[in-house]
Amino acid sequence: MSGVRVLVGTRKGAFILTSDGRREQWQVSGPHFGGWEIYHVAASPAEPSRLFASQSNGWFGQLIQRSDDGGQTWAPVGNDFTYDGVPGTHQWYDGTPHPWEFARVWHLEPSITDPDSVYAGVEDAALFHSADGGATWQELSGLREHGSGPSWQPGAGGMCLHTIMLHPTDPGRIYTAISAAGVFRSDDAGKTWQPANRGLRSGGLPDEDAEVGHCVHRLAMHPARPETLYMQKHWDVMRSDDGGGSWHEISGELPSDFGFPIAVHAHEPDTVYVVPITSDSEHYPPEGRLRVYRSRTGGNEWEPLTRGLPQRDCYVNVLRDAMAVDSLDSCGVYFGTTGGQVYVSPDAGDNWSPIVRDLPSVLSVEVQTLS
Amino acid sequence: MIRVVLPAHLRALARVDGEVELQVPGEVTQCSVLDALEVRFPMLRGTIRDHGTGRRRAFVRFFACEQDLSHEPPDAPLPGPVVTGAEPFLVVGAMAGG
Repeated sequence: MSGVRVLVGTRKGAFILTSDGRREQWQVSGPHFGGWEIYHVAASPAEPSRLFASQSNGWFGQLIQRSDDGGQTWAPVGNDFTYDGVPGTHQWYDGTPHPWEFARVWHLEPSITDPDSVYAGVEDAALFHSADGGATWQELSGLREHGSGPSWQPGAGGMCLHTIMLHPTDPGRIYTAISAAGVFRSDDAGKTWQPANRGLRSGGLPDEDAEVGHCVHRLAMHPARPETLYMQKHWDVMRSDDGGGSWHEISGELPSDFGFPIAVHAHEPDTVYVVPITSDSEHYPPEGRLRVYRSRTGGNEWEPLTRGLPQRDCYVNVLRDAMAVDSLDSCGVYFGTTGGQVYVSPDAGDNWSPIVRDLPSVLSVEVQTLS
Repeated sequence: MIRVVLPAHLRALARVDGEVELQVPGEVTQCSVLDALEVRFPMLRGTIRDHGTGRRRAFVRFFACEQDLSHEPPDAPLPGPVVTGAEPFLVVGAMAGG
């Protein structure tokens, strides 16, 4: 029988939540790497038993762990993320030049076809690639060395490359997103990059529609329609129908168009999910009501999804990498909160229930659909 | 034999329970002890000192014989009791938390 494996990264370890296809009874495994920050756990689509985890803390730095048995056992692989050449500087918060310094791996994106190929998005922003299952890492430095690099500036969480999207059929095309530089697109497998931010407007910039400098929080794409991209920006929910060539706003009547994650239904390319957050200084849901909003029209028209979610006194946040969908016939939607809850909806958002309520603050959620 | 005490997170990473005992060829210094440690436990590379520069990570300290040796040159000889194995070389995570 089919089932799901939910990979949860938290401030104090990783957890693996498993269930059969009904998604009612859950087994919880963890903490793995207890006490360490686990920014992301990701599975290889090409070899579902292969998992990668980004493990770090302030004392001992960055490790990458790999499992080849679905998370039962783990072994550290390579953790040398040395920038290519002389890294140079980006802007610091006060506008002064600041040397590029590696801090941590925010996001791991395994190849769709090759279990030994995996990308890593890091802080300070850069893209690395491993072709040997994580043993060694090479920077794809064309991104950091894009001419705009010295003008990139950190967001409040650091200058992180947090989103990597691989085109489902064109191996040359990669999208990345950086806070606070914006979206960049490569059409040659990461050698060269172009900004893909036309149509974004950010009130915090002196030039509101600048080519780079936008605080993009998250991108999403449906593999059946890879030219359509969705974006949750610092403010504004956006859509592109030409592979990032231009963007238009689809926030509609959301109670707030600030938020972090955005996800697309596994079988309906026009069904999109966001979690509105009050503002950039109030990182909790409007009115203390935790609501996922769903659009079935590719944006602009949104409906609140509340059944099973706390509708009073709720002041958690949902971070950018903490929402995912499974691909069972009835699409499951999952998200984790800074309060340590992981919620599941087995019916595309209509009904929600907590899988766990008391984990450490959740940084990331990924889901594997197992046959 | 050089005795090394690791902090709990690094003992877990290296899968050791107690002190680590190392054969250190040549002069016994911070650098040669850490070199030998990383040869025996490659998973510790990058956790105590940076890959590229070899610099001690900011929140890691080196103690021995009731002295803080963190700011000593990496190639300075370690105290005699560490060299003879009478005293351990301590790798310490700074007292900070969250």
